[in-house]
Amino acid sequence: MVLELDQVTKRFGSFTAVNQLSLTIPEKEMFGFLGANGAGKTTTFRMILGLLDASEGKISWDGKPINYKTSSMIGYLPEERGLYPKLKVREQIVYLARLRGMQKQAALKELDYWLNRFKVKEYADKKIEELSKGNQQKIQFIAAVIHKPKLLILDEPFSGLDPVNVEQLKEAVVELKNTGTTIVFASHRMEHVEEMCELICIMHKGSPVVHGSLKEIKRSFGKKNLVIHADFDTTFLMEYPGVTRAKVTAEGIHLQITSEQAAQDILKDIVGKGFIRKFVLEEPSLNDIFIEKVGASYE
Amino acid sequence: MNNFFIILLHTYMSKLKTKSFLVTTILTVAIMLALTNMTNIIDFFNKGGGADKIAVIDGTGKLYEPLKEQIKIINKELILEKYDGNEAAARKDVAEGKYKGLLELKWNGDNLPAASYKAMSIADSAVPADLQAALQQMKTAMASTQINIAPEQLEKLYAPVEFEKSALEKDAKTEEELNQARGLVYVLLFIIYFAVIMYANMIAMEVATEKSSRVMEIMISSVSPIKQMFAKILGIGLLSLTQLAALLLVGYFSIKQNLETMQGGFFEFFGFGNIAGSTIAYAVIFFLLGYFLYATMAAFLGSLVSRIEDVQQMITPMTLLVVAGFMMAMFGLNQPEAPFVKYTSFIPFFSPMLMFLRVGMLNIPFWEVALSIGILVATIAFLAVFGARVYRGGVLMYGKSNSFKDIKKALQLSKKG
Repeated sequence: MVLELDQVTKRFGSFTAVNQLSLTIPEKEMFGFLGANGAGKTTTFRMILGLLDASEGKISWDGKPINYKTSSMIGYLPEERGLYPKLKVREQIVYLARLRGMQKQAALKELDYWLNRFKVKEYADKKIEELSKGNQQKIQFIAAVIHKPKLLILDEPFSGLDPVNVEQLKEAVVELKNTGTTIVFASHRMEHVEEMCELICIMHKGSPVVHGSLKEIKRSFGKKNLVIHADFDTTFLMEYPGVTRAKVTAEGIHLQITSEQAAQDILKDIVGKGFIRKFVLEEPSLNDIFIEKVGASYE
Repeated sequence: MNNFFIILLHTYMSKLKTKSFLVTTILTVAIMLALTNMTNIIDFFNKGGGADKIAVIDGTGKLYEPLKEQIKIINKELILEKYDGNEAAARKDVAEGKYKGLLELKWNGDNLPAASYKAMSIADSAVPADLQAALQQMKTAMASTQINIAPEQLEKLYAPVEFEKSALEKDAKTEEELNQARGLVYVLLFIIYFAVIMYANMIAMEVATEKSSRVMEIMISSVSPIKQMFAKILGIGLLSLTQLAALLLVGYFSIKQNLETMQGGFFEFFGFGNIAGSTIAYAVIFFLLGYFLYATMAAFLGSLVSRIEDVQQMITPMTLLVVAGFMMAMFGLNQPEAPFVKYTSFIPFFSPMLMFLRVGMLNIPFWEVALSIGILVATIAFLAVFGARVYRGGVLMYGKSNSFKDIKKALQLSKKG
């Protein structure tokens, strides 16, 4: 059950939204899909779901194309949230679940489970428009997963949620992954992707700029972060050999360095200059990689 | 169950339960009942007043009895009573409401009947008119006796001229039939007009609501947009048939019930007395075709807008087409044979109303009806294919612009590759 995108290109007139995208998403993996706004994420999802036809290339799942015959195995949480405002939660979920091939009774049972799990049982008979935005989002998440999809596409699943609800939903997503759901996960929140995904792809203007396992990407990124908090003036380090980026903070300086050797050189140099409260060599964060690769400031 | 039927049923049931649908259905049925029971309703209000009593002071002593006989023939509700008292007392009784009016009979100079009528108000002209008519007949009879004219001669004098109108075309409708057909066609045209506008609007709103609430994204990932579009059109079509069926059934039984009270007046004018089954059948056929034509258009126009507020603006050109068709049909009611009615009845956007008008009022060759229906069906098929393509791309488009340029954009989105 591998989701495979092979040299996929989508053009709208003269504009190329997705360019030569090749991805392999193995079964039971959580795949992080990153990109600035307009990078082509939603277009890619729409092509995966068969809503748009690719101009070139092929998309297959388990060797077969994804279409409406497979829709009962696919769950989708779109970025733009929305449900029927006038329908009650129960009617709504049952309707959407039946469209994904579920029986009514099974849908009702599964809905009960999820409402209990998200502690929103009392909303079953409320109209969507009466719910808060966060609760609407939980209901929509339920709509995306109620039919136990094999492939789940989550476009910004946690945006607009408070930290408690983010935790609840994250737990649910991880659990789904552990029970064997393949998940494609798009987000702007690097820390979420960093925490949950082993495989990622960063899109930029329709083309994949980084693609592969997160660990591998971090290792091959080469650069590391060095955080120094000291009592003396550290600004001279900005010009130090091996430093590619620097940011002065209230307590010291954050540096991006090309190798561990640079860190050792810096340490030798600053020892004896004064009191050093903190000297930490860190792995690059996904945020760093994203900023570096996409070149835009993000978060 | 198949997704198509799930959406169809969902659309049908959720619309059926809405307040606006229930209210419009109950209201139209109530209006239907009121119209078909008009005679009963008029009777009901008249019963309160009872029969009108007229006090008669007969100054001649000879006219009262024959007048009473004559009035019986003209108006049973009018009761004459001989008044034994002077005029002042009678006036007082009229003022107190014991009598509707006071009639004084006397001879004129030529020994012929003359009368004066006094009532509190002479706004109700029916009573004095009946009295006058009865007296007129008596006067004519008496005067003719005075000048020695035999009753047969009199009859000859007053007999109406023989004047027969007939259409040379075979099976052409007679004048009377034409009037009756006109009433029925008029009412059915109204129903077609309102129903097409109302339900096409409903479709556009339904699609736009799904789009603006963004539930569309989920819907199109589970069911193909084309399936959705047709399930919706059929679901709301079913809804319209439900309403129409309720209306026609109530109307039919109510008319049957009241058939004997329907002679003359109001009902005859509308031609409800003998409803032609074929006219009703054509009305249903042309309503359905008109509905599908405009519903398909409304669905893909609705798929182009992002906000509900923009729906009206988007479908206005379509609504104007329906209105134009209706106006032409209204004009055509008086001149069903006008050439422009004939030609426009083959233009698909107008034919649901204009061809129905012609088929309901004239005897036109069957091939004309068949051709018109054929053109209509072909147009619907074309719009369905074209509309489905626009719909497929349209539902994915969000943005503030909503012009007809968007149709091109939507087609581009739905294009293969």
